[in-house]
Parts: sequence; structure tokens; C-alpha cells
Amino acid sequence: MNGNSESMSHEQQRWQHDFELPSERGSSRIVLDELLSQLGRFGWEQSDIFGVHLAAEEAIVNAILHGNQLDRSKMVRVTCEVSPRHVRLQVTDEGPGFKPETVPDCTREDRLDMPGGRGLLLMRSFMTTIEYNDRGNSVLLEKDLDAPPASPDDDDADEAVQDSADTNAEGSA
Amino acid sequence: MSQYRRIDVSKTGDVTLVRFQDKKILDESMIEEFGAELFGLVDLDNRKAILLNFDGVEFLGSAALGKLITLDRKVKSHKGRLKLSNICPEILEVFQVTKLNRVFDIRDGEAEALAAF
Repeated sequence: MNGNSESMSHEQQRWQHDFELPSERGSSRIVLDELLSQLGRFGWEQSDIFGVHLAAEEAIVNAILHGNQLDRSKMVRVTCEVSPRHVRLQVTDEGPGFKPETVPDCTREDRLDMPGGRGLLLMRSFMTTIEYNDRGNSVLLEKDLDAPPASPDDDDADEAVQDSADTNAEGSA
Repeated sequence: MSQYRRIDVSKTGDVTLVRFQDKKILDESMIEEFGAELFGLVDLDNRKAILLNFDGVEFLGSAALGKLITLDRKVKSHKGRLKLSNICPEILEVFQVTKLNRVFDIRDGEAEALAAF
């Protein structure tokens, strides 16, 4: 693919790849096929691979559909780093961005049967870290297998997303 | 007889049993077909009791969840019943974190689900 680059450290303990995806339905496959293959090669368990797969799919589809609005003149950039215990993904679109804290809670009783709006919750639930930049057009996702498991009753998760959106001033242009 | 590309449809007594042809319900065009075929069971065929057996399905994201929610609404508006079974642990966790396990009647196995209709 145009603009893609790949590197592997000489110990082969880390794989890094940059992708540029067209804003078309289905182009997440370009990243996911390679990402899932690398996670398997580094010995990740299927259940952890599932979580990364889910989060990556949600982030990339959000970028294509909501960020770039399927505008073929705009690209989605995805950087991936995989090592035996850690994965880091950054997904950046060319859209105006959004404020994650304004996304309604999809688990609220009166919103449970709404068809959409679950991507953010799934990314947050299956990854260790989720941070948006200030503009809201770039999301950083990390999964650290050595991080302590989050409490299922952790009600601070929403604030964590908001805090990181407030503090992460990394530009993506 | 309708032709399906994403689902297999059979009958067990009064219950329409649906299985999925894809291990990963993923690609956008696939999800549109997946939804259209499921909705047709209610809108076109007027099926009242539907069991979705997820045996063999390894991945399902939020777009497919949206289709299942719309299906559930259609079934309820037709005064029908929808049940889900044989969901792998990872996908079950998706239902749990989104709290959709409260919306859907999820059973461990097909026999248990059929018996619950």
C-alpha cells in the first residue's frame, strides 16, 4: 500500500507498521489481517487478540465513516506496534473530530435498545488505554498484558476518557 | 424459497433456527446482507419464534450488534420471540459490557433455548 512502512527490531521483539487507508467500507481489513497475524506470531492468547481486533475495528470504522465520512479524498492513518506483552494503535482521520465525553452512555436503560453508539464503550472495555487528542480526530489505543485488570464496577472509566481527552494535546495534522 | 448468503435457516417445530455462515461477522457489506436476511425473516416471512445459534461465530462488532438490536425490535413489534444461543465467551463479554444481555434472551445451548420458547 502507498505510504506504508514496516520495521522489525533486530531482536524481532517488536513489530511496527504504518498504514494509510482509503476511506472506503471494508478497508480496515488491510490493517486487521496483518495486525492479527502479528499478534498470533507474538504468542497472544485468542481472547486478547479478540479484544484488540474489536477495538481496532471500531476505531478504524469510526474514522472512515464518522471522521472522514467516506470521503475518498481523505485517508485514515493507522500506526501499529506489537510486542509480546503490549500493543499500541493510533488511528487518525482527517475529519473535524468529536468530543468523546459528549457520546451518550449506551448502557443507560432508556438507550439500551438503540442500534448504534457502542464502539467507544467496546474500545474502552477491551483495551488498557484509550486517549483522544484535543481535536478528537485521533485515538490512541493500548493493551498492556501486564496492567492490573480493571474492576468491572469501575465507574471512573468515563472520566478517564474525558481526562485523557483534556490532557492529550498531541496534534495529528 | 429464499436464498441466503449469510445465514442458514431451518425449522424445529414452530421455531425458526438460524445459524451463521461466517466465522467473523465483520465487513460492512457482509453486515448489510446479514441484517437484510435477518430482517426478512420477520418483515417478509412473518416468523414469530426465532433462535439465533452463534455456534462457530468468532467475531462480532458493534455494527452487527446494531443489526441484532433492530431485529429484536422488529420481532417484538410483531409480538414474536427471539432467543440467542451458543455464544462464545469473547462475544458473550461484548453482550455483557454493553449490557445487551439484559435486552436479549441468551441461552447456553440450542436445546435449552428451544425448550424456553
